Amino acid sequence: MAERIVRTGVVALLLTAPFLLLAVLPLNQAQFWTANVLGRAVVFGIIALSLTFLATYGGFISLAQMMIAGTAGYGVAVTVDGAVPSIVGGLPYALAVPLGLLAATAMGLLVGAIAVRTRDIYLLMITLALAMGVFRFVETNIAWFNGYEGIRNVVGPRLFGQDFRNPYVFYYVSLAVALLLYGFVLYLVRTPFGLVLQGIRDNARRVAALGYSVPLHRIAAFGVAGFIAGCGGVLATIYNIGISPGSIGLGPTVNVLIMSVIGGLGHPVGAFIGSLIFTVFDTFAANLYDRDRFNTLIGLVFLVIVLVSPDGVTGIFGRLRGLAGAGKRSARSLASINKP
Amino acid sequence: MRYPLTRRTALLGTAGLAATTLSAPAIAQRAPIRLGGLTTLEGPFATGGQDAYRCVQMELERINNTAGGRRIEFIRESSNAQADVALARARKLIEQDNVDIILGPLSGAEGIALRDYSRTLTGRTIVNGSSGAADTTLRNPSPNFFRFNTDGTQWMAGLGNHVFKTMGIKDVAVTAGDYAFPYAQVFGFNIEFCRAGGRSTHYWAPLGTTDFGSQIAQINRSDAGAIVVVHGGTDGLAFMTQYAQSGGSKPLIAGSIMADQSMLSARGPHRRVMIGMISAGPIADVIDDPTWREFVERYRRRWLNEGGFQSPSIHGVNYTTNLLGILHALNAVDGDLSGNQAAFQRALAAASFNAPTGASVKLDHNRQAISDIFLNRIEERDGRAQVVSFARANAVNQTLGTPEAQFLALGSPSRDNPGCVPAST
Repeated sequence: MAERIVRTGVVALLLTAPFLLLAVLPLNQAQFWTANVLGRAVVFGIIALSLTFLATYGGFISLAQMMIAGTAGYGVAVTVDGAVPSIVGGLPYALAVPLGLLAATAMGLLVGAIAVRTRDIYLLMITLALAMGVFRFVETNIAWFNGYEGIRNVVGPRLFGQDFRNPYVFYYVSLAVALLLYGFVLYLVRTPFGLVLQGIRDNARRVAALGYSVPLHRIAAFGVAGFIAGCGGVLATIYNIGISPGSIGLGPTVNVLIMSVIGGLGHPVGAFIGSLIFTVFDTFAANLYDRDRFNTLIGLVFLVIVLVSPDGVTGIFGRLRGLAGAGKRSARSLASINKP
Repeated sequence: MRYPLTRRTALLGTAGLAATTLSAPAIAQRAPIRLGGLTTLEGPFATGGQDAYRCVQMELERINNTAGGRRIEFIRESSNAQADVALARARKLIEQDNVDIILGPLSGAEGIALRDYSRTLTGRTIVNGSSGAADTTLRNPSPNFFRFNTDGTQWMAGLGNHVFKTMGIKDVAVTAGDYAFPYAQVFGFNIEFCRAGGRSTHYWAPLGTTDFGSQIAQINRSDAGAIVVVHGGTDGLAFMTQYAQSGGSKPLIAGSIMADQSMLSARGPHRRVMIGMISAGPIADVIDDPTWREFVERYRRRWLNEGGFQSPSIHGVNYTTNLLGILHALNAVDGDLSGNQAAFQRALAAASFNAPTGASVKLDHNRQAISDIFLNRIEERDGRAQVVSFARANAVNQTLGTPEAQFLALGSPSRDNPGCVPAST
């Protein structure tokens, strides 16, 4: 019951956030916070959500999620009308976006299929290798991806007579997508598919003995995660007015992992909490600390979070609830948090 | 336990309120101009970014942080040479820090990203830092993006003609990195060289190549009269070292970031073959010009004991040139940025001044610099190898003298389009 109240409260807060910001900040700063702190956090939270979904319910840590998001971004950038340079071009957003999502889902399935026999550190390495392979390929391919400079001027569609560049349109569309995907993940893990996935996490051999195909479920889970990452990738590409190989390089790849870890790999909501903390520090660290050395501050904050609570910020909530004696429920969520 | 905390909070709150009420009337006076700096203090170009801020700080100190009668407040940001990071930082500068003008960024893809962002702004101006991709201003230029430095293609002006006409070499081997910046440089070289009647054979190598053995063997066996080396950083060092070890003896021609102190100060056999190497670019260590001598002198006095180089880097000089453009325009409009900066932007477009190298700078209709390019030779001076300028190509424009429509029709530089259109293939 209490959880439902909290959940409704958070959603209400997110929905009204732009107006609350307007009340406490000058107009331009309120818009900055809406689009470039909250909006950006929501978009990268979606990409982190795809990793958290895999890690929480399947026990798979994949470093390929940013690359998969980039696949969707490139899918849109290559096909959409108005992008510079125009490579295929000519498609409206209504077609280009589904195409990008399809590409990301296919890439997710492909990554899942290639990595299907690996786990733990080997899974991490093989997904990292795939991510770097695609990154280098895109960086050197001029004909399809315009190499190092990437594809620019992906400005986004007009929605309800409003430009997508409008911070409020961007924020609410991103938020709606994030809420839908979040709900979708919570629904999915209660379906038979989700239960088998959690079974694989806990004991893959026993699941196989029960007659379920472990590889097929793993690949399907990567496909779902690919779709989620793709949604984030399309929004990130529109937010960045285009995409270049730098967006899917090693830095952003690791950033997604950092977001997921500091948020906590115990519950999907950790992805968004982590991404909000990351975005706030990434944006304002230079104001708080020496501008030549602000990365030190970011690193220290993340180190403290992980040291204080190895299971991230959501882990802290879990512990507090455990201390308050909330009973079996929190104990169970802690147990699942401690999974890799 | 609780009371002191509450009292402190209350005190802080009161102080905060007092501060806001006190600071409010100050805004009514001539508020300072907020200039946002964006360069790379992280990633592969961090040393260049640091030097850029050194030079900017030195220039601002020289004018006492004042231009057009208004104080200049300089707000520094840093990216890591990646387009979306640069974009996020620029958004923060504009929307959160409320800057009037951005000076930056440093690298090519960042420049294109900020050019696109500038188009979405009204009443703000972005003046480039050191990024040198041609397309930033050549194709789809933005009305409030200005660039007072020359681009990678312009930097090769004069080199192709020098090799063909003065050195009398008709056939060269071009070895270059397989990415955008070398494409632009090779393009600039070939435009002149092939038009004069020369023939280029290209050998591409991906960024990060360490073994040039087979390439060098092929080049040494070919009948090329000279080698044009358009690599930078560790790739360039690897190529030159292996070329020296292979006993190569062909004359060497270099791209703009090859003939550079970072290469010359490294130890190894490459130094022997690099003496006498010809290159072209927007700066040199030694330029026979009083403006440059004074600038280098000032730079060394200010920074040599605080981590600076022997002579300012290319990025430092580019940032300074762009800053001078801003200051020039601010003085022209007397610090007036009203009317969505319309007058200020007109003054920027009309600015004409001398860069720290002594090169004259003015802008074309795309707000891209037309400026002088130096032809350089590496010589042993004062016991160390230095890049010495021996000739200057005056007022080089972005299309290297080709009519713009014709130049645009050649297409963007790439490995399949290295600029050698008329003569070869």
